[in-house]
Amino acid sequence: MKNHEIMLEVKDLQLARDKRAILRGLNLTVQRGSVHVVLGLNGSGKSTLAYTLMGCGGYTPDAGAITLDGVDLTKMSITERAQQGLTLAWQEPARFEGLTVARYLSLGMKAPDMTRVRQALEAVALNPATYLSRYVDESLSGGERKRIELAAVYAMQPKLAILDEPDSGIDALSLDDIAALIHRMAEEGTTVLLISHRDEVVAMADAASLICEGRIVDSGDPAWVCDRYTHCCEPCDRRELVEEEVAYVTNPRRVTVPGCPRPRTTSRQSCAPTKNPAATRSFSSPAKSPA
Amino acid sequence: MLGLNRLPGISAEAEALPDGVHIRLQIAPGARFENPIHLCFGVVPAEGVQRILTDFDIGAGAEVEFMAHCTFPNATKVQHIMEGQIHVGPGATMRYKETHYHGESGGVEVLPKAQVTVDEDGKYFTEFNLSRGRVGRMVFDYGVDVAARGLAELTAKALGYGDDEIIVRETIRLNGEYARGLAKSRIAVRDHAHSDVYGTTEGHAPFARGHVDCIEIVRGRAIATAVPIVKVTDDRAMVTHEAAIGAVGKKELETLMARGLDEETAVDVIVRGMLGE
Repeated sequence: MKNHEIMLEVKDLQLARDKRAILRGLNLTVQRGSVHVVLGLNGSGKSTLAYTLMGCGGYTPDAGAITLDGVDLTKMSITERAQQGLTLAWQEPARFEGLTVARYLSLGMKAPDMTRVRQALEAVALNPATYLSRYVDESLSGGERKRIELAAVYAMQPKLAILDEPDSGIDALSLDDIAALIHRMAEEGTTVLLISHRDEVVAMADAASLICEGRIVDSGDPAWVCDRYTHCCEPCDRRELVEEEVAYVTNPRRVTVPGCPRPRTTSRQSCAPTKNPAATRSFSSPAKSPA
Repeated sequence: MLGLNRLPGISAEAEALPDGVHIRLQIAPGARFENPIHLCFGVVPAEGVQRILTDFDIGAGAEVEFMAHCTFPNATKVQHIMEGQIHVGPGATMRYKETHYHGESGGVEVLPKAQVTVDEDGKYFTEFNLSRGRVGRMVFDYGVDVAARGLAELTAKALGYGDDEIIVRETIRLNGEYARGLAKSRIAVRDHAHSDVYGTTEGHAPFARGHVDCIEIVRGRAIATAVPIVKVTDDRAMVTHEAAIGAVGKKELETLMARGLDEETAVDVIVRGMLGE
């Protein structure tokens, strides 16, 4: 991979919150123009990764670096990151009393354009005639609000859009609709980092990464990563992590990785996914063939 | 008083006072109007007192909307006093929206006070908005008595900065069966401004339902207080309240910043939205 093809590069990202290690030396690269899926179970650090990339309050990394198109974002504010072309669609989007959908979608556009705003609503299967004048407040359902969040990101035409669980919740977009939206975004030059716990999303991905306990433990071909996720991944026993967390909080740069998840197996063959549902589904215990 | 247009269904009398005007306005029973009735008040000189006394009587079954604009662009020492008696007849609906436009000196004292009676099945909606220019000092004091199956919604919105002072007192007494009421306030203060909001709703009859809803956003060294008061004297009535005071929500702020807005602009968008601009 040539360096200029890399749009987002995350190196050794470490973050602790409330004395608990969340991101533990996370590395990730996202290629320009790609749809890159980060798969992981609940609690694996997916949303934390999204907030840390975006620079949200309380998510300043303890170590590591984030670059977008070669520009170091690590110390930048959210606004500066957005101005560099990064944005985030929140898993549970905020609501705004008195702010219309039309205005909300226009806010992120360099040159507000109602045609574009209408297109953005149509892209998330919302009728502009119905929604333009509605308020982005509690009168919208959770699903409607999520669609509008995605529409706002689409309208903005960012370089890189982080979509945090865009399909979760009642009345959210179907995966087919999300795929269509992402396709439109990609056509307009937006790179997408899609964060999800649903393995089906890899169908729309060019690349995928598997996050586990705050690390990317695998990256590459979406189907293979998906197989790893669906057949090898299960929630770790938090009790096994206590010693490691204590060590991390004491000195995040020197922590070793003794507990779960185990370090990535060096060869794919040794952790080949199994289709046998009876097999053990754990990263710490790669599936074994029946004797 | 500079002018008065008359329409069928409206009876209006205006009596000049040494420092203002006394307006008696009656809406005929059953009257309907295509457009809102526009009231315009203002003081152009830098100093002065303006006293407005109003007696509004909305006839049974009538529906009327008032739009009031109050302008004090040059005020350095102006007192704007409004004292209203409002009667909304049985089955009638009255909407009143008042918007103020002030200068930047903060030299205005705004004292709107009203006592409203809503008869059976009547509806009364009022919205007061002071978010253009410095507030100066404002004491908003509205009290509403609601009869059976009546409805009252009071909304006060204000944006204070500098050393502005905002006091809001909204009181709704639900006196009849199935009466409903909402006392709502949206206040934002910054710099050294100060706001006190007292939202009171009382349920005195079976199945009366009321709610007090107060949100105040505070920035800088401003101070805000909220005192929601609920009182129930009938065990079949229910009154609820919610009050939130604090900075702009982190998530709201970060969402707009993630669209490229700087923090100051994002706060302004959120505050202006809350104030309905």
